[in-house]
Amino acid sequence: MIRVFIPRDAAALAVGADRVAAAMAREAQARGLEIRMIRTGSRGMFWLEVLLEVETPAGRVGYGPVTVADVPGLFDAGFLTGAAHEKSLGLVEEIPFLARQDRLTFARCGVIDPLDLADYRAHGGYAGLSRALALGAAETIAEVKTSGLRGRGGAGFPTGIKWETVRTAPVLQKYVICNADEGDSGTFADRMLMEGDPFSLIEGMTIAAMAVGATQGYIYVRSEYPHAIRSLNAAIGIARAAGLLGPSVMNSGDAFELEVRVGAGAYVCGEETALLESLEGKRGMVRAKPPIPALQGLFGKPTVVNNLLSFAAIPFILENGGQAYAAYGMGRSRGTMPVQLAGNVKHGGLFETAFGITLGELVEVVGGGTASGRPVRAVQAGGPLGAYFPPGLFNTLYDYEEFTAAGGLIGHGGLVLFDDTVDMARMARFAMEFCAHESCGKCTPCRIGSTRGAEVIDKIMAGVEVEKNLALVQDLCETMKFGSLCALGGFTPYPVLSAIRHFPEDFTRAQLPVAAE
Amino acid sequence: MVRGWDSGKAEAIITANLPAEGALLPILQEIQAEFGYIPEDAVRLVAARLNLSRAEVHGVVSFYHDFRHAPAGRHVLKLCRAEACQAMGSEANAKALLQRLGLGWGETSQDGRLTVEPVYCLGLCACAPSAMLDDELHGRLDAAALDALLEEIA
Repeated sequence: MIRVFIPRDAAALAVGADRVAAAMAREAQARGLEIRMIRTGSRGMFWLEVLLEVETPAGRVGYGPVTVADVPGLFDAGFLTGAAHEKSLGLVEEIPFLARQDRLTFARCGVIDPLDLADYRAHGGYAGLSRALALGAAETIAEVKTSGLRGRGGAGFPTGIKWETVRTAPVLQKYVICNADEGDSGTFADRMLMEGDPFSLIEGMTIAAMAVGATQGYIYVRSEYPHAIRSLNAAIGIARAAGLLGPSVMNSGDAFELEVRVGAGAYVCGEETALLESLEGKRGMVRAKPPIPALQGLFGKPTVVNNLLSFAAIPFILENGGQAYAAYGMGRSRGTMPVQLAGNVKHGGLFETAFGITLGELVEVVGGGTASGRPVRAVQAGGPLGAYFPPGLFNTLYDYEEFTAAGGLIGHGGLVLFDDTVDMARMARFAMEFCAHESCGKCTPCRIGSTRGAEVIDKIMAGVEVEKNLALVQDLCETMKFGSLCALGGFTPYPVLSAIRHFPEDFTRAQLPVAAE
Repeated sequence: MVRGWDSGKAEAIITANLPAEGALLPILQEIQAEFGYIPEDAVRLVAARLNLSRAEVHGVVSFYHDFRHAPAGRHVLKLCRAEACQAMGSEANAKALLQRLGLGWGETSQDGRLTVEPVYCLGLCACAPSAMLDDELHGRLDAAALDALLEEIA
């Protein structure tokens, strides 16, 4: 039977994937054709969603963006044999955006049925855990260290070292926690993976649990991701029934239980200590460090807290060895990063690539510039706490250290494009406003600084004592940067200061007589 | 869905979740799913059953943006206000919509039909601007598409 693939990724659903799937089923039935429809994750080429794929002897042929109105025409054209149509994209694997990626973590996303364990295994799934169990804990951690994997949540701390700390902690009860509180605007990689390949996360966390000696894991997912939550819960049930979770993982005699916990709309709970508080059933207030969570984490026990993308990179590393992963990348940034192109972008989506590509290539070539067709004026890298890059800095290499040197951060891999209609003073104000909205309130620079910061930028935008207030807001940013407990207050200065530094004309406009609109 | 307070139902939710570690959030989430908001009676009951002070429970309820102190309208429209959607004109669309409805952020129309709330990212940043109407997601939501969406629930 001919197999047709339609995503059920939330972003595909948001542009009508369910309606297209229903129309496809109706049309096939009306024509007396038997097709097998498989709902996959997304390939991450969102300008082509709804992206329909059909299996042919030559490979999977794509059509997109498909709307309900296209469906009868697709049948007329004979798309079930991969025939030409105005929405035809040819072989999906050969679409340049996909072909030039290094898909290690996202190799299966958009390809397999996310909840078909046999399909997952057929694509290499659970080979990593099998090898990890054969290697034992110390050797597993050695592979992770060799891979050079660093925390993909933004901090970039070496994952293997964190695991080693937890493994050697002399305490019986330990935890493994996945931070899937993906709150950064411009990021959706966690969501895509939870919806499109949930077993890879489960496998990665299980490998971590076996390596550090944890018996209980939690995946903390934000409530804004209901589809991801459903997908994970279903996958956990399937894994448990197959003996891949539970009292004896893969008959190893070691137990690992995994549970999804849902956030409640607090951005700051993406900060690891606030996340721990939230999991304990408290307000998501940031903890002072030390003690580090690896030694005193959830309920005071040694805890691995890793970003979802870190865990999802693990099965590849254990299956193919740390060296295979470290072969990608540059400098101290080893492996690949699932870069997410978003905002005012022509070709928005997920682009997994080895570190070392330039920012400009990602923005102009891969992303194709803006959706509006106007020039790119600014790119915010790394979420609401990331710096704005002007085109003058597009030669910056995508690498933790290079980004830091350019006054920015990689964060969770998001890139949000803005065209030349953007008002950077407004964006700077928004950064302060967002910080005030989401501050947990524990430390003064963040709690009060953010509100005062928004007020001072308001004055600048109104043309009130601009020079003096610009100096004041920059001084305030220094205080927030060095005086805040966590990255929320500490990194809010990144977007603010980078906007002032690279786009000063937007902050002095109100002084000019022509400013009145 | 808003249902009248039923202490038996609330008790059952608490009992079912009590064995879990850090049970307070899951309990509050289920209570809100059942009653549409966190009634004051629930705060009292949860505090007693979890051996917490009412202040502690109130502190948690008031900390998280998701928890409601009063029922929402029959439909809830969450419009994304984060940067990626701003880059695609979400703020202007939202402003025009709120003006036409005569509502501010977080407010409910007088007939109780619609509540409009901000949300900071739905993870649909490559299909901006985006929104969630009740449980359905919508992307590439320009002004015209937003109007069409509201027609559906008119």
